[in-house]
Amino acid sequence: MAPRNRGATDPAEPRELLSAGDVARTVARMAHQIIEKTALGASDAPPIVLLGIPTRGAPLAHRLAGRVAEFSGVTVPAGVLDITLYRDDLRRRPNRPLEQTSLPDDGIDGRLVVLVDDVLYSGRTIRAALDALRDHGRPRAVQLAVLVDRGHRELPIRADYVGKNVPTSREEEVAVLLTETDERDAVLLRRKTEVVS
Amino acid sequence: MKHLLATEGLDVGTATTILDTAERLKATLLGREVKKLPTLRGRTVITMFYENSTRTRVSFEIAGKWMSADVVNVSSGGSSVGKGESLRDTALTLAAAGADCVIVRHPASGAAHRLAGWLAEAGTSVVNAGDGTHEHPTQALLDAATLRERLSTVDGRKVVIVGDVLHSRVARSNVHLLSALGAEVVLVAPPTLLPAGVRSWPATVSHDLDAELPTADAVMMLRVQAERMHGGFFPSAREYSIHYGLNEKRLGLLPEHAAVLHPGPMLRGMEIASRVADSPSSVITEQVRNGVHVRMAVLYHLLAGEEEAA
Repeated sequence: MAPRNRGATDPAEPRELLSAGDVARTVARMAHQIIEKTALGASDAPPIVLLGIPTRGAPLAHRLAGRVAEFSGVTVPAGVLDITLYRDDLRRRPNRPLEQTSLPDDGIDGRLVVLVDDVLYSGRTIRAALDALRDHGRPRAVQLAVLVDRGHRELPIRADYVGKNVPTSREEEVAVLLTETDERDAVLLRRKTEVVS
Repeated sequence: MKHLLATEGLDVGTATTILDTAERLKATLLGREVKKLPTLRGRTVITMFYENSTRTRVSFEIAGKWMSADVVNVSSGGSSVGKGESLRDTALTLAAAGADCVIVRHPASGAAHRLAGWLAEAGTSVVNAGDGTHEHPTQALLDAATLRERLSTVDGRKVVIVGDVLHSRVARSNVHLLSALGAEVVLVAPPTLLPAGVRSWPATVSHDLDAELPTADAVMMLRVQAERMHGGFFPSAREYSIHYGLNEKRLGLLPEHAAVLHPGPMLRGMEIASRVADSPSSVITEQVRNGVHVRMAVLYHLLAGEEEAA
């Protein structure tokens, strides 16, 4: 689908899929969708918890929580769920350091958990996250919000909220940059490098 | 990291990574109903203990089980070791039976190192759980974890290690690890219980405990290892206790924030007074608790990642 060589441009040159302004608008739109789909604020709606998956899902979850509170007036707790210990590819990769897991004080029992990640690709990270959630409690339901869905799923997993669908080739990689972890907000599509984030 | 044999020569980066991982594991397991992670599913860990042990063996066993590894315990008493099988043959047997990691405690210094050599071909990882009077690296790591927790950092802190340094693998491992992490380590012991060559260690030596305590951030009491003593190292237990025991009066000399550590098993009334061991300054049970998380971290770094091209 995606050509390996985009005309005269250098194939190694990254292409910008979302600018800083696009990222902000996309996050705002996803916040609106979360409010609508979860009937947030309604008397019979379950309490919501946003859980970001490190590295970049964590700041995204906090941004979404801020936007949801701003638009709906309902404060939703945001936390971080590290899934390293639940990965199925630990034996195929160099060892990874663990990230901090921080769940809201009230836990996740009986709540609607919205998992937040930057890119949805094979779906294996989300499978690991579902396993991790099970060890932390029993949510009423689990939904998934991703900034970019790049296809190539290897498991029957889909997102409930998608910022942008991007058809990609496996030779490419999608890099999400956020000011909290990088210097700016942007989403880039580039040729795969050896460095695995 | 393929083996964990000693803290001497262990680089600061690796040590810090293990301590960070242990801290994260502790936080992630805190308050959980199910203390079980799937990380080491399908991995087999064998503990091989040729010396008596309660806390270290149990700690490794729990660490392995909480990471979902299959843990098998071999002790010298109930195994073929009692029939005269050599350490090498026993180890090769365990590796052939499918061990991914062997955790060994042995009365001979250097046993873990030899074992790592014999098991290189099989690709089995070796963890030293105490070899003679040489090293006990996971004890030093859990002490460092406890100090970090209590004093927020090890760097720049003064740690006084008191007692039978000569026979103590705990002291040796701690001197190397804590000094590498930036601590000022002071050894206090009677001259008869200091090893030859102690002057070359990254630590200073003193014989006056009372002079060192007021500036200490932590004091680590060592057990007097009667089972390794053949001959008179000090006149009497009472005299040892008066000069080098941590009693309530000496506890009063310590700064308010200072921590009291003991690797266990304690001889109450000998190197440490009962009231001191149970005082708020004592972090002895915290050491045991951290021991599990540190050993989980060690197993994680040895077994979870991809096979290194050795």
